[in-house]
Amino acid sequence: MNATSTEQASAPVALRSVLSAGERPPRPGPVSTSLTFGRRALLKIKHVPEQLVDVTMFPIMFTLMFTYLFGGALAGSTQEYLQFLLPGILVQANVMITMNTGITLNTDIQNGVFDRFRSLPVWRPSPLVGALLGDAVRYSIGSAVVIVLGLVLGFRPEGGVVGVVLSVALLLVFSFCLSWLWTMLSLILRTPNSVAGVSMMVMFPLTFVSNIFVDPRTMPGWMQAVVEVNPITHLVTVVRGLMDGSVPAGEIGWVLVSSVLLVAVFGPLTMVLYRDKK
Amino acid sequence: MGKLAIETRGLTKSFGTTPAVAGVDLAVSAGVVYGVLGPNGAGKTTTIRMLATLLHPDAGEAHVLGYDVVRDARAVRSRVGLTGQFASVDEDLTGVENLVLLARLLGYSRPRARRRAADLLDAFGLAEAADRQVKKYSGGMRRRIDIAASLVVTPELIFLDEPTTGLDPRSRNQVWEIVRGMVAEGTTVLLTTQYLDEADQLADRIAVIDHGKVVAEGSSGQLKASVGAGSLHVRLRAPEQRAEAERVLAGVLEVSVEPSADPAALSARVSDPERVARSLAELSRSGIDVTEFALGQPSLDEVFLALTGHAAEETPKEDAA
Ligand SMILES: Nc1ncnc2c1ncn2[C@@H]1O[C@H](COP(=O)(O)OP(=O)(O)OP(=O)(O)O)[C@@H](O)[C@H]1O
Ligand SMILES: [Mg+2]
Repeated sequence: MNATSTEQASAPVALRSVLSAGERPPRPGPVSTSLTFGRRALLKIKHVPEQLVDVTMFPIMFTLMFTYLFGGALAGSTQEYLQFLLPGILVQANVMITMNTGITLNTDIQNGVFDRFRSLPVWRPSPLVGALLGDAVRYSIGSAVVIVLGLVLGFRPEGGVVGVVLSVALLLVFSFCLSWLWTMLSLILRTPNSVAGVSMMVMFPLTFVSNIFVDPRTMPGWMQAVVEVNPITHLVTVVRGLMDGSVPAGEIGWVLVSSVLLVAVFGPLTMVLYRDKK
Repeated sequence: MGKLAIETRGLTKSFGTTPAVAGVDLAVSAGVVYGVLGPNGAGKTTTIRMLATLLHPDAGEAHVLGYDVVRDARAVRSRVGLTGQFASVDEDLTGVENLVLLARLLGYSRPRARRRAADLLDAFGLAEAADRQVKKYSGGMRRRIDIAASLVVTPELIFLDEPTTGLDPRSRNQVWEIVRGMVAEGTTVLLTTQYLDEADQLADRIAVIDHGKVVAEGSSGQLKASVGAGSLHVRLRAPEQRAEAERVLAGVLEVSVEPSADPAALSARVSDPERVARSLAELSRSGIDVTEFALGQPSLDEVFLALTGHAAEETPKEDAA
């Protein structure tokens, strides 16, 4: 407590003047409010930088582990495997980071901050959109970590800067869209822990039963079929292609369509749940 | 817009099979402090959440400032402020960041948002804590920033859900001053509380709710009157005369007389003040020396007991701190 007694004595007067001075500015638009919520996410990163640990340590761990554990066995040499693996790890890192969205949102809901946001006369999805925009910063940091580490270890993208930048841009779009799945989950489940648990259960098969780590041609037929419909597979194919200097137009279309579908399905579901929360 | 700031009819909400609010009728005039008094689990928060458009009622209707909370939710949201029972600002951010954030969301330009935040922090005695994370605030400071956050745009009506639960007496007084300041500026305040003295001190009218229903409504004076004229407290010089005094008082007052915790004291709820004077005379005639003799209005505690059949503060409140 550092309110002095003089502050206390003057409070009612100051309070009344601050109340009567309140203006009623014009209502800001959806873009403005979403960006303001995005800014909140950045401020949270500034105050709690520990939350970037998963964004940085996790991809580093995975890249090193898989390259050196499996590289020799899977591709003959670690160098060759790295060339194959890195785009996949980039995808996995981003997709894993999206889970954080749901966990953060659930925490907000549990402690009551969301009641205040929901009671404001702003475009209703803006707290969610803003949080997702803030997450784009996390994806970018995660991607930068993976790419720099890859370059240090000897990964050489034939697609050059343009290929890498396009890959990351596409990844951001896909991650933004996938996040709506987690926001929906976080509105259904009661605790941040259960959100984390269920997300993991979805994430693991989604990333492992794909072409991230190995060429699906080595898998049994039925599993190849699963891999083939997994949107992560298509995303990895696109990122691999772009980084390798080719433009897999059909696959890019696939990724964009699945992104749109993710938002089209989970966006409205999230908003319905959000409106009726508790 | 009529004179009623809030009007509800048959407001109902259940969670699964738990009826949280079971048909609440309220009529709150503009410009007053309206107290909703009830124990843990009575349905106070659920009621406020419906009025603040955060929760859809299962049945019944509610108009806030003349707008339907379901059909005109947006109009309601832009005119009311809500300070929830629990954390209602972002604990990771500083006080000033929280207020600037809200001011921006409400349409202030960046420089004006900064000025408004600084003014509010000043008025709430939080200027020195402006750049500290809210999680490092004391309980009283937290409550003040919570309330300040609802006043970025001066609301016509503010909901305060248990604004003083868990505060020490000094912080509680500060919040009371804030509430009085708001009403003086013409804002209608609906506050919930578990503290009878708080409702008594602050509220112009009180609704007592229990198990999701309004069990009584009125000014604190009316509520007290509905329970009886008041309580008679008598203290004797000699505790051994208590049994006899009890018999004498019961005879004159014609109500039951309760021995108090104090071995020399007695109390009775009286309905007829006439008989009180006679009872004093009767005591002295019987040779019973009286050291204290007081007729007080019944406390809201007694009111609550009489209305609901159980005490208001019977449940532990640690979890609500
Ligand atoms: N989201 C919810 N899901 C299930 N039950 C709920 C929920 N919210 C409240 N309840 C139940 O509804 C009843 C009323 O709760 P409410 O929070 O409105 O009471 P309250 O008067 O605010 O109590 P307190 O003084 O403890 O804050 C309680 O029995 C509570 O358990
Ligand atoms: Mg409550």
